[in-house]
Amino acid sequence: MNINGVAIEDTFAEAFGMRATRLIVTADSAEWAETAARSLTGFATSVIACGCEAGIEKHLAPAETPDKRPGVSILIFAVNSKELQKQLQLRVGQCVLTTLGSACFSGLDAPERVKLGGQLRYFGDGFQIAKKIGEKRYWRIPVMDGEFLCEDEVGMTRAVGGGNFLILARSRAAARMAAERAIGAMTKLANIIMPFPGGVVRSGSKIGSKYKGLPASTNDAFCPTLKAETASKLPPEAAAVLEIVIDGLTAEDIAASMRAGIAAACSAGESGGVLQITAGNYGGKLGQFKFHLRELMA
Amino acid sequence: MSGTILTVTRPPRQRLDLSPLLPERMASLTLEAIGAIELACGNRRLRVDEVFELAPREGAALVIRSGAAKLDHIGHEMSAGEITVEGDAGAYAGLAMTGGRLTIRGHAGPLAGAAMQGGILEITGNAGDWLGGGLPGERRGMTGGLILLRGDAGQQAGDRQRRGIILIEGNAGDFLGARMVAGTMIVLGAESGRYPGFAMKRGTLLLSRRPRQILPTFADAGRHELGFMSLLTAYLAPHSAKLAAAALSLTELRRFTGDAAAGGKGEILAAAD
Repeated sequence: MNINGVAIEDTFAEAFGMRATRLIVTADSAEWAETAARSLTGFATSVIACGCEAGIEKHLAPAETPDKRPGVSILIFAVNSKELQKQLQLRVGQCVLTTLGSACFSGLDAPERVKLGGQLRYFGDGFQIAKKIGEKRYWRIPVMDGEFLCEDEVGMTRAVGGGNFLILARSRAAARMAAERAIGAMTKLANIIMPFPGGVVRSGSKIGSKYKGLPASTNDAFCPTLKAETASKLPPEAAAVLEIVIDGLTAEDIAASMRAGIAAACSAGESGGVLQITAGNYGGKLGQFKFHLRELMA
Repeated sequence: MSGTILTVTRPPRQRLDLSPLLPERMASLTLEAIGAIELACGNRRLRVDEVFELAPREGAALVIRSGAAKLDHIGHEMSAGEITVEGDAGAYAGLAMTGGRLTIRGHAGPLAGAAMQGGILEITGNAGDWLGGGLPGERRGMTGGLILLRGDAGQQAGDRQRRGIILIEGNAGDFLGARMVAGTMIVLGAESGRYPGFAMKRGTLLLSRRPRQILPTFADAGRHELGFMSLLTAYLAPHSAKLAAAALSLTELRRFTGDAAAGGKGEILAAAD
């Protein structure tokens, strides 16, 4: 199978079950909402070392947010509900509570709940005020620029993390441009994030290492400089590989984003320097979800 | 399921206790069975059909045409469905209701919505004293739900309120939110009585004007824009055109904290003047 002359390998991406939530962060201006969101989603590329994977899902106009101010919706994924609870408290507490003029709301209605304001309220040192408006409970936490308004709980859902595909290209420039096209198409979609910097990861990893105690190390089979000394999976003309990792609220969301991303990556055709699209997996034994590239693109 | 219209045709001489008449209990009953329900009236018991004329009605709601009769305990412990009173209601309307909607197209007597836990109570006229308050001897008043009063409230509205929202579109009497524990009370009329928030521990009194007489145990904390106000006004706007119209004037509020004699964690928020 090929799209515009780019080979689609007969393989699949392997993804895992995760727990996720959506936050809506608002502020006095779109810029400050973005500042809070970037701070919150910083150092959240991989659960291996960051505790969670988080990213900006989309920017929201004032009409779309609970308090009618500019906002940003954020998706946060963790390996279990306990870790998600911990990361929420740490990240909202250190990055949103601290941002001037901000407020934080649940963006996900789900029966399972994790605490947000219910934990952060203690910062109010007894001066915090609970307000129940309709069915929702909010906390007003006094801060130096007024009050930090924060919803008591946020919804939590079962989600999917680790959808992915790899772009094999003739040059780093070609790989970068293809990845940028893919990310441009994928960021238009809801319910997904690409947690790595700019949505793209260049340091794909394999499980294990020659060094004791290191759980993951560079994926040498896809490193172009190692073609001559390792069991390389790269064609001779490949000089750069970039990976796009996707976390989504459902498997369907990930499938749709992979479809859009791969189509965009291949849109410049073989002449754009893209050689092949493949995907990362662990032989299909570890993940609950499999995304077969050729089925997706059929 | 069909509803019922009860029209008072033979007003009783004493006050009549309507607590047995709840939409959720009447849904499965025939008109004859409803007519046979006994209601307490002074030291006697009267059958429903001795006081009311019964008629079936489209939809599930119970409609009570009260005339001048003193009908107490309408919607007592109501949990679902809808009751509409055309005319005035006596005391204890919506007492301890937990759900559903009770609409009174007229005035309500004292203790309307007292000990209310959920649902919506709407009164198009005025309400007596202790709107959303607690029964004598009880430690808590209203603990949930929404009271919409289009007219004026008597004294001590929201007495010992613990949770829920009371919106008074008209004026309020003295000692508004006395002994309030938590919750939200809003007065859109110009007059909010003397000494609002007497002995309040926590909770919010939102007033469209600065109170005429404020207790010395309340302290002025200055003018503020508070983020939760937009959520509150957005939530209440569909219920109250008057509040929707006033929402802009409620963006900047003067905050008084008190009652210092009872912990001082409550607040009176008054539209800046």
